[in-house]
Amino acid sequence: MTALTSDKVRKKYKNSNGVYWPYMVPGLIAFTLIVIVSFVWNIYLSFTKWNGLGAPKWIGFDNYAKLMVDETFWQSFLHSVVFIFAMAIVPTALGLIIASALFDYVSPRFGNATSAASRAGFFLPQIIPIPIAGLLWTWMLSSQTGIVNKVLTDWGHPEWAQNWLGDAKWAMFSVTIVLIWIQVGYTIVIFMSGLARADQSVHEAAAIDGATWFQRFRIITLNQLAPEIAVVLLTTTVAALKVFAPVYVMTQGGPGTATTVPAYYSYFNFIQTSKVGYGAAISTVLAILLIVMSLVIFRYQNKQGENR
Amino acid sequence: MSTAIMVENTLNPESRKAQKVSKKGKGGFNKRTPVSWLVVAFMIASALAWISPLYLAFVNSVKTPEEYTTTGPLTLPSQISFEGILHFWEKADFSLKLWNSFQISFWVAILGVALSFFTAYAIGIGRVRGRFWILGLFLVAFTIPGEALMYPLLRMAKMVGLYDNIWALIIIFAVLQSAFGTYLVSSVMSDFPMELLEAARIDGAGSWRLLKDIVFPLVRPTLTVLMVFFFIWTWNEFLLPLVMLPSNDSQTVALSMGLASGQYTSDPTTQAAAALVGILPTLLFFLIFQRTLLKGVTMGSVK
Repeated sequence: MTALTSDKVRKKYKNSNGVYWPYMVPGLIAFTLIVIVSFVWNIYLSFTKWNGLGAPKWIGFDNYAKLMVDETFWQSFLHSVVFIFAMAIVPTALGLIIASALFDYVSPRFGNATSAASRAGFFLPQIIPIPIAGLLWTWMLSSQTGIVNKVLTDWGHPEWAQNWLGDAKWAMFSVTIVLIWIQVGYTIVIFMSGLARADQSVHEAAAIDGATWFQRFRIITLNQLAPEIAVVLLTTTVAALKVFAPVYVMTQGGPGTATTVPAYYSYFNFIQTSKVGYGAAISTVLAILLIVMSLVIFRYQNKQGENR
Repeated sequence: MSTAIMVENTLNPESRKAQKVSKKGKGGFNKRTPVSWLVVAFMIASALAWISPLYLAFVNSVKTPEEYTTTGPLTLPSQISFEGILHFWEKADFSLKLWNSFQISFWVAILGVALSFFTAYAIGIGRVRGRFWILGLFLVAFTIPGEALMYPLLRMAKMVGLYDNIWALIIIFAVLQSAFGTYLVSSVMSDFPMELLEAARIDGAGSWRLLKDIVFPLVRPTLTVLMVFFFIWTWNEFLLPLVMLPSNDSQTVALSMGLASGQYTSDPTTQAAAALVGILPTLLFFLIFQRTLLKGVTMGSVK
């Protein structure tokens, strides 16, 4: 092709560019209104003192200064760290073990149906809306009528029965267990699909050479699943930082502030106590943290894309 | 994009396994030893333990409160009683909640996918300038927590008279979810064969005809998948309905479930019934759209 024609093509292409702009106008306007305006507005509110009535009063960085010394705020992030453990670390570890056991141990010996059925069982909590999962577990963990205490009592250990969600000593632990229950199915499904992608001949060769299942898991499986592990850890960590509904439904952040997380603390200030500026400051901190994390994910995924 | 690749892989996790099994046949290291029986028994037992809360909700939702008190939650009911279910259904006005949830989810699916499709068309096919930044912005927007948008959105809804109106939620969710939809659909579109599009352009097809006759039929499967996701994501939403829909008549299923959690503590069979009827619609979607959903778990991992 001569320079002239390729120039022509490029020019034509450039012209056609303008033709396509109108298609994204509705999307961009809506996005600007709903996301950008709201987010900027929220940041503005975080610099004000306001109870939702009258005009917001500009107070500069006062809310943020207050956050720095607010024990509940720091405590709420500490709870987020526990939830990262419950939603990211534990499900990733359990998911790896269960997925590879189902995929290359159970499946070849007992058939795909067995492993698919087990996978479906673990996955079931994932399809339940979180408020309903919360309702279900509130019922099971109820101190008076709950199943958990009933079972413990029937087994001859009435002293083990607790007020699982109402006792500050146990509330975090109980919510953690529920989150693990919800989250494991997600990691299993992703890791099993990753294993299906991976090259099985390495496994077979290693097995013929006498490697045990655990050796193969440690050396081959973990390496093959490295990209999935990274994506799962990052996305579930983001999800853990966003936790709101489970806490709202099961404990309302309590008892006291025993299970308060940043999202709930922000909601609490916004709605329950009408400290709009303070709630906005908490949510802005959380949003910035999450945006930084999503940029890390974005970069990582682009790198993965280039490497492939 | 690795998400697209991962979606692709999830399409068919079973097929390779099947190959593998047939290749190995009977001999070698895949024998059923006593240890392997133990492993499989443990796996099945764990999976059963995982679904036991649902089983318990089911068993106890059809018990009478008296029987629950006397024999406890673990025994099977001696007679089937729909008292708890009916009690909850009436008290929560569950039919209305179902209808509200359905309407919101349905319209979000339609509008959200339409928005995603048009915006993605400009980005993936039109390759408008600045598309990389727009996509980046959309993706980042998807991670902003609802709390950081909630209050301004509430004020806006009040300003335009949509407070306590399901349309406020429909518009908000359609826009928020189309940010993700645009990202996904445009990445599918940018993999299209350019020759095909070029040929249509040379034949004199304008951008509208290109969209209607060539691009739309090609991405229709993706759009269908996306609709299922938008529907279910919206169905499960909690925070924004909680803030935007204060009155009983406009609440959704997920919201009323979350609020019911504290209401029936003294009435365990009603609470079990609430959990059960709350789960049933989702279970139904799952059975209908199982393939689509499992396919998209990795896709949703961006969320």
